[in-house]
Amino acid sequence: MGDTLKRTPLYDLHRELGARLVPFAGYEMPVQYPTGILAEHAQTRTAAGLFDVSHMGQVRLTAKHGQNAAKAIETLVPGDITGLQPGQQRYTQLTNDSGGILDDLMITSTGDHLLMVFNAACKDADLAHVQKHLAATCEIEPMFSRGLLALQGPQASQVLARLAPQVATMKFMTGAFFVIDGARCYITRSGYTGGDGFEISTPNDATDAIARKLLAEPEVKPIGLGARDSLRLEAGLCLYGHDIDTTTTPIEAGLLWSIGKERRTQGGFPGAAVIQKQIAEGAPRKRVGLLPEGKAIAREGAEIAIGAKTVGKVTSGGFAPTLGRAIAMGYVERAHSGNGTKVDLLVRGKPVPAEIVPLPFVKNAYYRG
Amino acid sequence: MADTKYTQEHEWIRVEGDVGTIGITQYAQEQLGDVVFVDVPQSGRKVTKGEACAVVESVKAASDIYAPATGEVVEANAGLADSPGDVNAEPMGKGWFFKIKLLDKGELSGLMDEAAYNAFVKTLG
Repeated sequence: MGDTLKRTPLYDLHRELGARLVPFAGYEMPVQYPTGILAEHAQTRTAAGLFDVSHMGQVRLTAKHGQNAAKAIETLVPGDITGLQPGQQRYTQLTNDSGGILDDLMITSTGDHLLMVFNAACKDADLAHVQKHLAATCEIEPMFSRGLLALQGPQASQVLARLAPQVATMKFMTGAFFVIDGARCYITRSGYTGGDGFEISTPNDATDAIARKLLAEPEVKPIGLGARDSLRLEAGLCLYGHDIDTTTTPIEAGLLWSIGKERRTQGGFPGAAVIQKQIAEGAPRKRVGLLPEGKAIAREGAEIAIGAKTVGKVTSGGFAPTLGRAIAMGYVERAHSGNGTKVDLLVRGKPVPAEIVPLPFVKNAYYRG
Repeated sequence: MADTKYTQEHEWIRVEGDVGTIGITQYAQEQLGDVVFVDVPQSGRKVTKGEACAVVESVKAASDIYAPATGEVVEANAGLADSPGDVNAEPMGKGWFFKIKLLDKGELSGLMDEAAYNAFVKTLG
């Protein structure tokens, strides 16, 4: 690996657009463009934003003869994958034996294959993990050189429909193959902003041309990782390595909804015993939304206290441009995790009063047809 | 006549009489990106040269602001509470942070003048 940062197929485009490039998960990635994070955030909430997420790890899983890829991957994730119809997508997690989260990922069934998208920082470890456990039953093909574009926002659908008309009727968490500009792409109606939008998996050498085509549409502007973070925080979505990691279970993280109903009782995934016990008896702590009073921002690592007692820790915090105020997420001991609970967030040693609130901070706007 | 000096941490201090007005530079605001909150010290607080005495929050991160000289805070920029974006728009004007009554103007001789600061910024690429 060395110190050399990798580049996505859009590196030259980012430079042309005047992006500020920063090291992220081993890649040189745009954190913002000249308009700045607040403008990019607003752009994505009101029109459409194009994100380069090609650094994420796309892996294709295909059953070997006489095997079942969905059954195979279910030995590593708690999600209901065997229940996926062709063209359906699910959010799930790779768990470890203590019920912790190795990574969170999307899995889409194409009918013939399962397409998985891992976090960039985890993708090599995830690939090794999957190879170790599924090599006997599945063909495992990393497609790390493919491009991945996220087109997000209320106008994303009308824009993308100009290049691929059928996307307009796709529902949230579904996917299909499309030909754009002569290139075979796989599009899912999903994203990481809490709003409507699409992720477009592109052949490496077609990525730049497709991105430029989308940016040429009047509704679309390029968006960097800075706004990606503020958007997902408003949507109450977890950032791996911060809000979830190997020490947090899906139950503590409030991700029970992503675990298949049958799988909750039948288990069969790493850490099932721990997770099933937490489903039955409650987890010792819970991920919560936090609304601080005033303008101070409680960031990751800030202690959450009630009086002199520490009851938790902030795992993500920042300014929510849509709300014009600070927001945060963190873990709090279950006894103190109820909505409406008053707590203090310790910001640079000073207590900032805050209230535990339901997530998300900004209402989802997914397209469900 | 006002004299403006600069630190390697990208603060500026403009001295008129024995009062210095302190803020961050154009380069600093560009690096920070959109400023959303500035925690400025209260009047009466004594600050020592090099002490972290204000915090500027951008969307991305919190950054400490260090006192370029020793003195007592005589005024904080109340306007920043409602318009933190002034720091981006006019970092050396409306976006100032606070004023201190200088204890020893001799401390300022170690700071850079505008030409030296501009040359310093060039070395940062």
